[in-house]
Order: sequence, then C-alpha cells, then structure tokens
Amino acid sequence: MDKIISPSRREFLKTGATLGVGLTIGFYLPAGIAKMIQDQDTGKPFVPNAFIRVSPDDTVTVIIKHLEMGQGVNTGLPTLVAEELDVPWEKIRVEAAPADAMLYNNLLFGTMQGTGGSTAMANSFEQMRRAGATARAMLIAAAADSWKVDANTLTTRDGMVLHRASGRKASYGKLAEKAATMPQPADVQLKAPKDFRYIGKQFKRTDSKAKSNGSAQFASDLRLPGQLTALIARPPLFGARLRHIQAERAKAVPGVRAVVEVPQGVAVIATHFWAAKKSRDALQIDWDESGAARISTAEQREQYLALLKQAGNVASSHGDTAQALAKATKKLEAIYEFPYLAHAPMEPLNCIVRLKEDGCEIWAGSQFQTADQATAARIAGLKPEQVQIHTLFAGGSFGRRANPTSDYIAEAVSVAKAASHLNAPIHLMWTREDDLRGGYYRPMFAHAIRGGLDSEGNPAAWSQRIVGQSIAAGTAFEGGMVKDGIDMTSVEGASNLAYAIPNLHVELHTPKLGVPVLWWRSVGHTHTAFSTEVFIDELAVAAGKDPYEFRRALLAQHPRHKGVLELAAAKAGWGKPLAPKSGVRRGRGIAVHESFRSFVAEVAEVSVRPDGSFSVDRVVCAVDCGIAVNPDQIGAQMEGGIGFALSAALHSAITFRDGRVEQSNFHDYPLLRISEMPHVEVHIAPSQAAPSGVGEPGVPPLAPAVANALFAATGKRLRKLPFEIAELRSA
Amino acid sequence: MISLLVNGKPHTVDAAPDTPLLWVLRDALGLTGTKFGCGVSQCGACTVHINGAPVRSCITPVSAAAGHKVTTIEGARGKAVEALQDAWVKLDVPQCGYCQSGQIMSAAALLAHNPHPTDADIDAALDGNLCRCATYQRIRAAVHQAARTMRG
Repeated sequence: MDKIISPSRREFLKTGATLGVGLTIGFYLPAGIAKMIQDQDTGKPFVPNAFIRVSPDDTVTVIIKHLEMGQGVNTGLPTLVAEELDVPWEKIRVEAAPADAMLYNNLLFGTMQGTGGSTAMANSFEQMRRAGATARAMLIAAAADSWKVDANTLTTRDGMVLHRASGRKASYGKLAEKAATMPQPADVQLKAPKDFRYIGKQFKRTDSKAKSNGSAQFASDLRLPGQLTALIARPPLFGARLRHIQAERAKAVPGVRAVVEVPQGVAVIATHFWAAKKSRDALQIDWDESGAARISTAEQREQYLALLKQAGNVASSHGDTAQALAKATKKLEAIYEFPYLAHAPMEPLNCIVRLKEDGCEIWAGSQFQTADQATAARIAGLKPEQVQIHTLFAGGSFGRRANPTSDYIAEAVSVAKAASHLNAPIHLMWTREDDLRGGYYRPMFAHAIRGGLDSEGNPAAWSQRIVGQSIAAGTAFEGGMVKDGIDMTSVEGASNLAYAIPNLHVELHTPKLGVPVLWWRSVGHTHTAFSTEVFIDELAVAAGKDPYEFRRALLAQHPRHKGVLELAAAKAGWGKPLAPKSGVRRGRGIAVHESFRSFVAEVAEVSVRPDGSFSVDRVVCAVDCGIAVNPDQIGAQMEGGIGFALSAALHSAITFRDGRVEQSNFHDYPLLRISEMPHVEVHIAPSQAAPSGVGEPGVPPLAPAVANALFAATGKRLRKLPFEIAELRSA
Repeated sequence: MISLLVNGKPHTVDAAPDTPLLWVLRDALGLTGTKFGCGVSQCGACTVHINGAPVRSCITPVSAAAGHKVTTIEGARGKAVEALQDAWVKLDVPQCGYCQSGQIMSAAALLAHNPHPTDADIDAALDGNLCRCATYQRIRAAVHQAARTMRG
C-alpha cells in the first residue's frame, strides 16, 4: 500500500472556527463544512474540527488523526505543530481525532480516515506545519490588534508573542480568545529547514511515562458503567457454519448474562472476562463444515509450486527477457517460499460498543476509522455520522486493525445488536487463540526467479514469477490497488526492481482461497525484498563479485538506494573480516530495499553453531526517509522493524491441516525474545527530501541480509522462511 | 469471598477460586496496568509480584494469591521501580507500550537481587516477556541505566 493519491494544494481550503474559549484552526475543510463552521455561534465551547486547540492555560492540544500504535505519531505530528507555532514541548498535549473523514481523512487515502502504508508523516508534514503557522499568525494578529502595533514588529518565542521595541509580551493562552476572532491569513510562510528548532532534534515521546507506569489507556482497559464482556465462538474452519448449539451449560456459568447467535458465530456475554471464557468453553456447538475451506498447507504448497511453472499475468516487462536468458553465459534459477503470518499484536483485538436507537459509540484502537464507521452503521442500521469512534492507543497493530472488513468491529456491533435487551456497553475481546486462528494473515507466497549473466558477469535478464492471494481483491481498495488483474501489493518491490538489468519480466498468479488475508507490516515487500535481495546475492556469487560492489554498480541511476547501501556498508566495515569466535562460523550479509518511499540498507552479522542454530549478532542499518523529523524515533522504528522481521525469519508460520490452523498461542507461534535481539545500529542518511515512512521500511531488508550472511558463513542458501536451520548443520 | 492484599490494601473479592489473578486485578479491582497477552504464561504481559517475586498472573489462581502480598505496576514503588521507570522514559523505550508494565515488573525483580546485571542476566530475567514492537535493545539499555542509578 504505497502512495495511493497525491495530496494536493488544491484541497487546501482554509477556514477558521471562531470559538469562545480559545483558538481552533481547521484545515482541508470541504467548502460546505467550512461554511457551516463559519456560521456557527461564537459562543459554543468546542467544535472538534481542527488540529490545534490553544487553551487559556497556555497548553496547546494537537489533534491527531492517525492511530498511535507505537510508531510515534503522538510525538512526530505535535513536533510539526510545535515547530511552526513556536511552543515549548512541555506545553504540548495530544488528543485523538474523532472519526470524521471530511476533516481527518488521510490525504494519501483520498476520502478515508485511516493509518497505514507508513503515511502519517508524509501526509502530515505540510498539513500540521501549516496548521501551526496559521495559528501563530493569528496569535500575532491578536497581539498586534490589542497593542495597536504593526504585526510585522512582533515575534514569537516559546509560546509568547513579543514586541521587542516596547518590551510587551503575552502568552498564547492570554491571546487565545482574541486570536479566535482574527481573520485567517490567506497564506503563511513556513520555516526554512535551516531555521528548524524542533524538526531534526530528539524530542521525547509524549506517551513514554504513561506507558511505563501502567496508566496508558488501551481499549482493553476502558471500564464503562455496566459494561459486559463478550467472547465469540467462531467456526473452526473458514467458511463453516453454525448448525446447532447447546448452551445450557454455558448459560449456567455464574456471571453469564446471555448467549446469542451472531453472523460470525455464537457470542457469550458475561459480567467479566473469566466468566465469559468459562462459558464459551462450555458451549456445545455442532458446526456444518460442508461448505468450509479444507486448506492443507502441504497441498497448497504443491499447487503454488505447480503454478510457478505456468505463465501468469504480466506485472511488468521491459526488454526481451526470454531471448536474453537464452543468450546468457550463466543462468540461475531459484524458488523462494513464504508462509502465512499472523500480526499477533500484544493487545489482542477488542473494542467496546455502546449501541442506542439513534447512535452507536465505539472505543477502539481503530486504524481505519472510516471503514469501521461505515461497517458499524450498516450493521446497526444507522448513518455513518451516527457512529462515533473514540480512538485509543492500540497495543500494536502492524496492519491487523486496518481491516477493510472491520471484522472485530463488525462482531462487536453484531453482539451489541443481538443483545440490545441487556442495554449495556459490550466489550468484545479476542483471546490469543482467537487472534492466531482468526485469519487475515500475510498471504502465503512462492516466487521463482530465473536470471542470466553476460560474459562479463553483469545481469542481462531477470524473470520472476510470483504466486499468492490478493489482499486488495474484493475490498474497497480493489479499485485503487488492482490493475489488470495485478494486485500491486503482491508485486511491489519486485515489479519495480531498482537494479539496472536490461531485460526484466515479472508475472503474477493470484489463486483464490478461503483464507482471509491482509497487509502485514511492509505488505508485499515482506516477500519481494527477500526474493530479490537473495537472488541478486546469488547472481553476485555466480559472477564471482562482491555482493556489495555488485549491487552498487547496478544502482548508479538510483542515488538514494546507493546512498544507504554505501552508508550501511561503510558503518558495518564491509570488506573487513569479522573477528573469529571459537566454535561458530561467522558471516556478513547485505540487502537494500525501497518501500513506502524510504530507502533502507541493512548489514547483518551472524554466528552459526555446528548444529545449525545461529545468532544474529549485529545489524547495521542505514535509512533515507527524507527530512528526519525525530532521529531517535526513526532509530526506534528501525530497531523495532528489524526485530519484527527477525521474528518472522526465525520463527513464524501459520499452517493448516484439513482446514484447521495448527497454531494456537505463543508456544507454537513463537515471537522474537530479548535473548535473540541483535545489537542494532541505525544511521540516518542526510536528506532534504520530503519525509517518508519509517514504520514499515526497516522490515524488508532484514531477512535477506540474514540469509545472505548465513550463506557467507556456511555456503548454504536458505530460500524459505522461516529459516530451516537443519540445513545449516556442519557436515 | 477471597481476601487479597494488593498494593498494600486489603480487598475482598467475590470470584471463583480458579479465576486467574489477572482477571481479578483487571475486572474486579480495575487495576488495568497489568495486561492480558496470551493467557498461558508465554508472553509476560501479566507479570506482577507476589511477595516480591515475579509471577504470571494469567495462570495464578486467585486462591493461590490469597494471604500473600500482591504488587502490580500501579502499586510498585521503591528504588528499583523508580529508577527503571525513569530510564524507560529517558530512553523512550515504549512503542505501543502494551507489554511494558510486565517488562518493568520483571526487570524490577531482577534488580532487587542483582545490582550489576550483565546483558546475559537481563536476557535471562526478561526472556519470558515478549515485546512485539521489539523494543528489546532499549529495554536492555534502560535496565543497565537503572542499575547504574541505583548504585549511585
């Protein structure tokens, strides 16, 4: 899910909201809404249609339209406002925006409010700075009007407007009410990068304290008066249906208030989680499995491998790959395989729904507010604007809460509707087992690549075939993401291979299966970066060239790829031998990949023990994400992306037997633990380009860098994830 | 009715004896800083102290906690916890933050008996605490920093 729609200055309709208690600035307001706000009574205390609220006590509240799920939007976006508004960091507060696609749409998603595709900073860099600069101009205008001086003689510093000639000054809080009556300036000048005081510095996260003392509030922590907890028993196979339930034992569990049928299964509703869990365990359900998908991973693998031998839809092509391969001096072919993966955010899916006749309130770590609102409205028989969403912190998401079908929201509203007689807020919870077995996985993929080298060892041809389910097909994203049968998220990172190869051909097969799939942190790049960056390494070895120099020579036309490649190699000491350690084989591997308009190279160092087990000792990462708004948080996202990717490379796979998911919890779907975390060094390439994403781009290069390091250490090529370490045993 | 001593305060709760302590803390006492992540002691998000020792409250029946001193992140005090929380904030350890109560409770138990932890000691003490955001590098650094603060 790279960029979908360009933000455009045309959309930039400025408007002011005149408010009694302070200054609120709204942007990107469609004309109708803008007029409505302008017509509003000035006495109203607050209209939630803005990004900034300056309070009389001098605090500045920044309204955040993106979901804080760990990636740091509650820190990065206020930094932009603080920069242009000139407010001290300790006066900044943050507040989640309500669901309102007219006001808070993601400019890169069109008319949809949502977070994803590493777009938050790219979307907000200009929008939030403009919000800050406009607020500042109006505060200056208010002071100029009060003091009867020319606005041009006024300056600001740390939340104060200053008139140097007279020594007068006033805090923003004191000026807020008057500022709200000032006309909006037609245009504002944004700071030049050389004048930045906040952007590019290490501003502290706004949420670290609350997240270190237990007070941070996630949806799972909310306790509304009278709230009940619901769990759903879902079919054991995708596509199975309820035939018969016997709920007497389940209803007899103390604390159980109701057992109801919903389209997704059978819901038990109880006064607290443990009663709901015991009750669900006591349900006796007969499922009709006749229409269910009887997926078997072993069979599916055979089908995918067979499809790799057949021509697919052409995703991209230039030159004459077939002829170039025929003429090649040396030919290589390799197959790469990737399993289904679950997102497994630490906070299992959950949300609270309070349904009333004329409206619905939802509390959730919502990542696609507009989709969630529409889905809830449809089920509840309401209009979308009658559905209010309170976005809370999400305990991780990695794409899981950005579901076009709003699955868990739909479930919760369905339960609330079926149990409307209880007249209580419903907290729908998922257990870890529900999470790992509930679908919406990163799809299983298989890739085959054939490559040819010319007589000088340069790659002359690259032919790649990819097999995997489409994420976008059948969703609201299909129109924007699927073109001529090609889901761009299946081929991104491969169809636009950066290396200068004169003949390139990429094909895609999109089998339809009954397993629900979804984007998973870095989406298609999770597999395309692996196949392309391992195969380029294989070509380098076949050409007898250094894998770093081989890549570098092929990236002459791609300075940002080349820049991070060189930076990572230099910082890692590429070319210098690794210090030997007794009893292990050591190796270093490199990979570079562009995703979400950011460029990342990683060098991994591994130590392989005789039994094939290995550790990743060190990862040196270089990132070019344009202007670095908060270098420390960019580092955090790279560190986290590397650990997240290593989890999958070492451990993760969702597999099926006779339609049933074989994994159930962290004992058989293990995640990376602290003892497995490499030492990570992050280096940021200086750049004046507009900021691009950092949440996802750290993920793609890690697994190929490790695979290439394992090859350097052992001479064995691992082409399947998760790595099968038995292959690395010493002979 | 089960009598519990949580964060220094006595409570009487009406819960089945097999109810995991986690759900008594979260649902009956409203102490939601202790998190549910797996329910089978695999992730450590539910870590609390019983008589100072770290335990997984998701598999500890409330009946087993009766009569003992239970401490959650909300009531955790003392040099170790304060030094850890301070280091967590200074190094901006959290990302999504969901696992961090459990990480700090495990780290506090480590520092209580080991004022000079090595990387290996930290890994051993915290290997039961998953962080899906993989903030592990900063967790290690923050535990070291807290240990230095405590040593003065």
